[in-house]
Amino acid sequence: MSDIIILSHGDGGILTHNLVNDIFLKYFKNPYLIQLTDSVFLNFPGEGKGIVVSTDSFVVSPIFFPGGDIGKLAVCGTVNDLAVSGARPLFLTVGFILEEGLLLSELEEVVVSMARTAEEAGVVIVAGDTKVVEKGHGDKIFINTTGIGTSEEEAVLGYEAVKPGDKIVINGTLGDHGLTVLTRRQELGLGEGLQSDCAPLNGIIQKALKEIKGIKIMRDPTRGGLATTLKEIAVFSRLDFTIFEEQVPVAEEVRSTAEMLGLDPLYLANEGKFITIVESAQADALVQLLREDPLGKEAQIIGKVEDGSGKVYLKTFFGGTKYLHYLAGTPLPRIC
Amino acid sequence: MARWILKQEKEERASLLKFRDRQLSCQLLQEIKLKGKCLKEKLGRRPVFMEVCGTHTVAFSKTGLRKALEEIVDLRSGPGCPVCVTDQEDIDRMIQLSSLENVVLGTFGDMVRVPGSRTSLEQEKARGAWVKIFYSPSDAVQWALRNPGKQMIFLGIGFETTAPVVALSIREAEDLGVKNYSVYSVHKLVIPALRALLNDKGPGVDGFILPGHVSAVIGRKAFGFLAQEFNIPGVIAGFEPMDLLGALENLIYQMDRGECRIDNEYSRLVREEGNKTAQTVIREFFDTAEGSWRGLGKIPASSLVLQDNLQKYDALKRFPVEISRPFNKEGCRCGEVLTGKIVPTFCGMFGKECTPSRPVGPCMVSSEGACSAYFHYDFRE
Repeated sequence: MSDIIILSHGDGGILTHNLVNDIFLKYFKNPYLIQLTDSVFLNFPGEGKGIVVSTDSFVVSPIFFPGGDIGKLAVCGTVNDLAVSGARPLFLTVGFILEEGLLLSELEEVVVSMARTAEEAGVVIVAGDTKVVEKGHGDKIFINTTGIGTSEEEAVLGYEAVKPGDKIVINGTLGDHGLTVLTRRQELGLGEGLQSDCAPLNGIIQKALKEIKGIKIMRDPTRGGLATTLKEIAVFSRLDFTIFEEQVPVAEEVRSTAEMLGLDPLYLANEGKFITIVESAQADALVQLLREDPLGKEAQIIGKVEDGSGKVYLKTFFGGTKYLHYLAGTPLPRIC
Repeated sequence: MARWILKQEKEERASLLKFRDRQLSCQLLQEIKLKGKCLKEKLGRRPVFMEVCGTHTVAFSKTGLRKALEEIVDLRSGPGCPVCVTDQEDIDRMIQLSSLENVVLGTFGDMVRVPGSRTSLEQEKARGAWVKIFYSPSDAVQWALRNPGKQMIFLGIGFETTAPVVALSIREAEDLGVKNYSVYSVHKLVIPALRALLNDKGPGVDGFILPGHVSAVIGRKAFGFLAQEFNIPGVIAGFEPMDLLGALENLIYQMDRGECRIDNEYSRLVREEGNKTAQTVIREFFDTAEGSWRGLGKIPASSLVLQDNLQKYDALKRFPVEISRPFNKEGCRCGEVLTGKIVPTFCGMFGKECTPSRPVGPCMVSSEGACSAYFHYDFRE
């Protein structure tokens, strides 16, 4: 392990995993935390429904990008973490770390966006905190949101529920958010038509959970992209996954821009996508239901679960096989 | 990759779909398997083809073609990943430059994680060095213009594809009167490297899959010597599945019939004489000099250095730095990987001490690197 924190420690890939295991879990270890899920179910003796909590920090740069901004992202990110755990998001707390010199008009724009997104997601912002750091000690604005929700009794999602024969479903195209932010951040002058997919998913997810039986687990493939998230689920459920390249939806502009930059859309972040592993017999019905919603109109069955030990295979369009691993290092544009 | 190439590629995107046609690809793949099998029996071994370009290496892995054809052809990587061939001494010098007061190092992305003898740019960035990633050197000039209090040193890395845009960035700096912009050129030339590789009697290559983007600059004819002097066929290819399959099919066909030519199967981008404008720009700004290559050592007239009249843009002239004695990590076999002597999985460190998150050598870091491609797509933990 590196003796200092480098940017790759925050990319959601293997270094993030190592950091969590070697430092955080080592000292914070408890039955709630070791589940390493997006949200945690807290048990209160005698209570009917469980309380579910999730927390996330947002440091995206630039703070405004096509399709969203850091405020919208801060609401969606936590709402989606609760939603994919099968919870109904209800409340958010918000912590701002502002850099000296940030324009009040920019802050207001971010806050307006948060309010609008919270309303859209049906959550209430109930507590907040603000700190200001000296110029040069932050990057305009950092936001932490903690979400609180209730668990829906009928939804019991978890790695142990995943079984060979299950199908893997995604609600739409991959890599849009990661590539949009990367091309804007690096001022690459590419990907003019790219747009982040940032959106609150609790509506569509709750509808799916209510109407489709046999949903085993849901995850939102944010940092590290589809490949890293699938690898995580495969490892924890100790099963192999096979994904079919031709069935994985990627927008043409994302595909071509990613190719030019030597990046793989399967490893790029998404902020409006969720993976569902569902009983095979229910997979078509799930896809049909998702496609009725604007946030799922390009939903697809992309693969299947098989016996195994945590491998993720990708079948290319003419039958070749390649392996997918955890993301290693922040995706960077190539040289030639 | 030069911007004008990107633009052309983008315009041709629509017509590229035919190079991904499933039915045609599957047919061609079956044909290659049949013909390849016959050739293998005839030779008593698999034919050895070298992908000179790192992008081809990645494409073979990413499409699953390497795996699909591993029984038929022995695909080796060549010295075509600009990050991988950069000598340890040059990497150490870049890292040293990043530590200078008031200096901001501008670089293409891949270079950031490459380990030097003792540290990497990524590590130094975390310790406070200013390292900024640019996709185009022109953006680095603009950054220098907006930040006159900082010295922007741009790392000129790459082959004939990136040299012209780096040259034009100097012209842009000159036109805008930007005085705080300079370039550390470690640009390299493909042809001398291929000559050195073949003179070295190294990998025993039966055929070359030649780099599409470099060929767009230097033209098909530049590779004629492979067939004429060394009696080895070559095919210039694009990067789509049909391009890769077409190149293999062509090489198998030529070998089977005892023919030996350099064919251009990337004619949608590559001309006989190449891109004259780009060649002129290179000649106008750079002189050739002896270059140090990882795995190949020193090769005469294989690197591009800024001409004497451009010294004010030459970072090493403006910021001379001393470096400690460079050394390669013990056990790292990147040099053999990028000269096709071994495939990445033959290195004892591959997937063990050396992984993309803990790279020991550059071939595991660069997105064009053979070890990285094998690890990400061909390697089963």
